[in-house]
Amino acid sequence: MPALLEVSDLCAGYGAADVLDRIAFTVEEGGVTAVLGANGAGKTTLLRAVCGLIRRRGKVRFGTEAIETRATEDIVRLGLAHAPDGRGTFLQLTTEENLRVGALTRRDRAGVAEDMAKVYRYFPRLKERRQQQAGTLSGGEQQMLAIARALMLRPRLLVLDEPSFGLAPLVVQDIFSIMRTVNREDRVSILLVEQNAKLALDLADRAYLLETGRVIRGGPVAEIRDDETVRRSYLGY
Amino acid sequence: MDAFLHQLFSGVATGGIYASVALALVMIYQATHHINFAQGEMAMFSTYLAWTLIAAGAPYWIAFVLTVGISFVLGVVIERVLIRPMAHAPVLSVVIVFIGLLVILNSLAGWIFSYTIKSFPSPFDGVIPGNAFMSPHELGIIGVTLVVLALLYGFFRFTSLGLAMRAAALNPVSSRLAGIRVGRMLGLGWGLAAAVGAVAGMMVAPVIYLDPNMMAGVLLYAFAGALLGGIDNPIGAVIGGFVVGVVENLVGTYLIGTELKLTVALVLIIGVLVFRPAGLMGKVVVIRV
Repeated sequence: MPALLEVSDLCAGYGAADVLDRIAFTVEEGGVTAVLGANGAGKTTLLRAVCGLIRRRGKVRFGTEAIETRATEDIVRLGLAHAPDGRGTFLQLTTEENLRVGALTRRDRAGVAEDMAKVYRYFPRLKERRQQQAGTLSGGEQQMLAIARALMLRPRLLVLDEPSFGLAPLVVQDIFSIMRTVNREDRVSILLVEQNAKLALDLADRAYLLETGRVIRGGPVAEIRDDETVRRSYLGY
Repeated sequence: MDAFLHQLFSGVATGGIYASVALALVMIYQATHHINFAQGEMAMFSTYLAWTLIAAGAPYWIAFVLTVGISFVLGVVIERVLIRPMAHAPVLSVVIVFIGLLVILNSLAGWIFSYTIKSFPSPFDGVIPGNAFMSPHELGIIGVTLVVLALLYGFFRFTSLGLAMRAAALNPVSSRLAGIRVGRMLGLGWGLAAAVGAVAGMMVAPVIYLDPNMMAGVLLYAFAGALLGGIDNPIGAVIGGFVVGVVENLVGTYLIGTELKLTVALVLIIGVLVFRPAGLMGKVVVIRV
């Protein structure tokens, strides 16, 4: 089966300078791909390039479409939902309005209502705070809201930028177990960028190592996990 | 007492005009973070359009609806042609574009319609029994303003398009990531602001008469109202607009006389900026550095 997302020769950056250097990776249909790397390796830039938020060149194929020249809005409408770093919450809107924004491009009202109920089931905390201004939510709740908002698109691919960033370990476990459910039961493929390699590798079936804008290792998780460099620098044993 | 009530109500009526224009200012401010200094001239130009239609024989309400529609389209065009290319320009450049637009519209109106003061009809006449405090037109202004405000509130609060427009103004990047066409939403916002301004222009013209400079004072009061309520808060701006209308009228009548009324707006603007820059209902924005 062909991959859902296939990236090759991707260069991207801000201003005149390229941050990413000929990146290649894939996300399998129904799979989870993790991109690991230290601060400043270019992880967030990579996701922004895939979503067309920054200048990029190379090849990006999503499903049957070439998206390297498409506008962000159009890429999203193909079913690629991105929960950005800093979480991208609409702070002045209520929790529920944030979720409705996530589903604005959809026309199937019944499906939207269904998904709203579903994300509230995944994240009961959000249901308790549905009428509350999103700006008053805690960091963990805002991360949940970002994922929930992305899920409201009923995406084929969920793109997550460091979902564990700045959160308490228990909250992180919670979020990762819901991501597993989303992947297994709702059949949503996931592209995940993480610093927490152990968590990411537990969830993923493919992983790539990013260092100063280059992919230095990549492949099925079983191989990556056994890799000497990965073990030492990312897993710490 | 009667005189006082009369002044109070006519303050509420003009306050409705200020509230509408203040709301138009806030709508554009939220989307672009700039004050549209040309808002008043856009409204003035719309009012001339209505006057032309009426002079050509169109019934008042048909001219009214047509004017609102044309103004909406003009607002969208202005955003597309003048404002969008300035999206990443420095603040001063944008301000200059707004002022340029103000001068162009003002001169264009003077050139096409001449600077002679014209009277503008009011659709509200007749006598309201038992009402000694308000003219029918003042009552009409209040009614129309409330209808406009209610429609806008409903639109932004309850419709998907309204939500998309709010989202696009609050967080453009996140909105794009939700598939919202942000540019289109900004254009719609300009269209709506122009339409609201057109209504305000047509409502105020019977009171202050039609001439190319008619909106200069109105814009100043509206600006004071928007600042008073909080430039980033639509409901605050509306309340601020009404408050300014009443205060301006009462202070003008009882304290300083009509000639000095405009200073009320200036005192309010300076007072708010010095003592409470976020406005009464605005939010203090803290930027982490």
